[in-house]
Amino acid sequence: MTPEQLLGNAPPSWYLVLSAVLFAIGVVGVLVRRNLIVIFMCVELMLNAVNLSFVAFARAQGVMDGQVIVFFVMAVAAAEAAVGLAIMLQLFRVRETINADEVTTLRW
Amino acid sequence: MVTATPTELLRWIVVLPFLGALWNLFLGRRLKGSVTLVGPGVLLGAFLVGVKAILDLHALGHDAALRDAVFTWIPASEFTAEAALWLDPLSAIMVMVITGIGFLIHVYSVGYMHDDADVARFFTYLNLFVTAMLILVLADNLLLLFVGWEGVGLCSYLLIGFWYDKEENAIAGKKAFIVNRVGDAGFLLGLFLLVQTVGTVDISSLPQHVDALRTATIGGVPVALAIGLLMFVGATGKSAQIPLYVWLPDAMAGPTPVSALIHAATMVTAGVYLIARMHVLYALAPAALEVVAIIGAFTALLAALIAITQTDIKKVLAYSTVSQLGYMFLGLGVGLPGAALFHVVTHAFFKGLLFLGAGSVIHGMGGEQDMRKMGGLRHHMPLTCLTMLAGTLAISGVPPLSGFFSKDEIIWGAVAGPHAQPWLGVIGYLVAFLTALYMGRLFCMTFLGTLRADEHTKHHLHESPAVMTLPLVVLALLSVGGGFIPIPAIVELVTGHPHGHAHAPLWALVLASGLAFGGLGLAYALYVVAPDAPVRLAANLGALYRLSLDKFRIDELYDRLIVRPLFAAAGFLASTIDQGLIDGAVNGSGSLVSEASRLVRRLQTGNVQHYAFSFLVGVVLLLGWMLR
Repeated sequence: MTPEQLLGNAPPSWYLVLSAVLFAIGVVGVLVRRNLIVIFMCVELMLNAVNLSFVAFARAQGVMDGQVIVFFVMAVAAAEAAVGLAIMLQLFRVRETINADEVTTLRW
Repeated sequence: MVTATPTELLRWIVVLPFLGALWNLFLGRRLKGSVTLVGPGVLLGAFLVGVKAILDLHALGHDAALRDAVFTWIPASEFTAEAALWLDPLSAIMVMVITGIGFLIHVYSVGYMHDDADVARFFTYLNLFVTAMLILVLADNLLLLFVGWEGVGLCSYLLIGFWYDKEENAIAGKKAFIVNRVGDAGFLLGLFLLVQTVGTVDISSLPQHVDALRTATIGGVPVALAIGLLMFVGATGKSAQIPLYVWLPDAMAGPTPVSALIHAATMVTAGVYLIARMHVLYALAPAALEVVAIIGAFTALLAALIAITQTDIKKVLAYSTVSQLGYMFLGLGVGLPGAALFHVVTHAFFKGLLFLGAGSVIHGMGGEQDMRKMGGLRHHMPLTCLTMLAGTLAISGVPPLSGFFSKDEIIWGAVAGPHAQPWLGVIGYLVAFLTALYMGRLFCMTFLGTLRADEHTKHHLHESPAVMTLPLVVLALLSVGGGFIPIPAIVELVTGHPHGHAHAPLWALVLASGLAFGGLGLAYALYVVAPDAPVRLAANLGALYRLSLDKFRIDELYDRLIVRPLFAAAGFLASTIDQGLIDGAVNGSGSLVSEASRLVRRLQTGNVQHYAFSFLVGVVLLLGWMLR
């Protein structure tokens, strides 16, 4: 069963609702979780939720612009992940923790 | 009209003692031997320059003055003040007294302060004191006079508190300083008023402004009267008159030569000199002169009454000075500046002598000042005793010694002079009797009878060295013969002859000398013939005696009326206004900011998630507003 067969008749609003639900899960995860890696994963989830919206709109409009932007987003997210993980690695070496609550010394 | 001849001689009279002060200040500690040479030496130099200047002045004839314009001090467009010195017969007399008597006191100090560790500092102050006093008397304008006026105030503070490690002495120095500041405020106000009225501070130009001074009024009061009274307030401070006399007896805390210098040659005569100098102004304000006369007479009486019961030899002399200064102001007040200056000079002779003699006694007794522990010293200190006798007789007014002439001139002036106030003359005669009584008491308790000191002091007892007794002898000769110097005639060259100048009739002279002998005789009877009589007398006069012994409790009165309310007000200002209101406002604004920041600080957790949450809330609100 191809995706077209499964979802061919689904209206765009379904994709957008799914995207919003995914985005909300990501936001809540960023706000409530304390482990920096999990927070990071939640950020990725938010990015992918947005990607889903892009793809859904592109398909509904019958143009490729959305798909192109998704590739940009994924490239930037990959770069960001490399930098972010490097920071976390370094942080763990210095402070021996990746708990967000315990890394507040840079305030003020 | 006085013609002023320019000269460059006068400045050296002032500069020499000042150079001495500088020498002693900077080199005295290193070149210890030089202090005792330089200190008195510069005074001798100033004296000789003064003599030369006076000879020059004399050669110029009557109505002449020497003027040394040193530099222009304040060249404002409308108002100028020069630093200029002015020598006329009036200031000439003062220069002779200050440098002459001052020199003798300096010589005496060499002996008296021989064992003191800080001789250099002592002579620095002493020379500076004389410098300031010379500026005061030689000043051509009132502004420069004020410089000297403040200078002697400062030096008296430094010298009275010379032994500053004793708390009592430091307090006495402060008292002299503060009481004098009160008087100086009056002097300054008078000075400002004068500048406002006539636009000049030159003393010699005052006669040109007589019309302006006569007609001008301020708040309904004639300006001349206001200036006269304000300047007299200054004079009461410097010259220790009611109500500002309280510092002088306490000033005894300083070394004895300082007391002699303050009481004889400098400082206290400044007030008398000021009023004599401003005679043009006071001639326009007879009411001010009347105040001067009344204050003078009552000061003379009050101080004489206190002097009778004091047991500290220097305190007796201190109150005696206050009393004699009262005579001088009485003389000024009844319009006889010549007689007042005459008494200044003779008083400088015998009071200088008496203080130095008392110093010699204290020196010999090893620091003892209580007359109750003296007695019979004539055997141990014959030269001191003899010179003190001359001083005692002179101040008591025994003819023909110097005090007799000057005092008689004043008292008879009060009875029959140009502005006679006979009832003040009566007070004058009463004080003359009291003077003889307390001076006789001092002499009898110190030199006659039997020695009441302890064994240690008796063993130590000795006559003072020649460097101390020689000035005593010179001063004794001056005290005996000083009455024949025609001071009133010299002063009247400046102030003009008083109208209705009356020579005392024979009965007045007999009365005056009778009072002197009576007082001395009574003292001899009470303190030598029947030594237990004063004790019984004191017991019978209980309350009166204690009142006099406690100096009429004037100090306590001032303490209640002025000092304590001032302290209370200052305490209120310090605790309530300053610490409460002002500090409260300052600290309050600080802690307000601090408290506010404590609230806002909660937002700055450093926790990214908190920031993200506020970011989210913002986005939601923004979206809600946009989609509304």
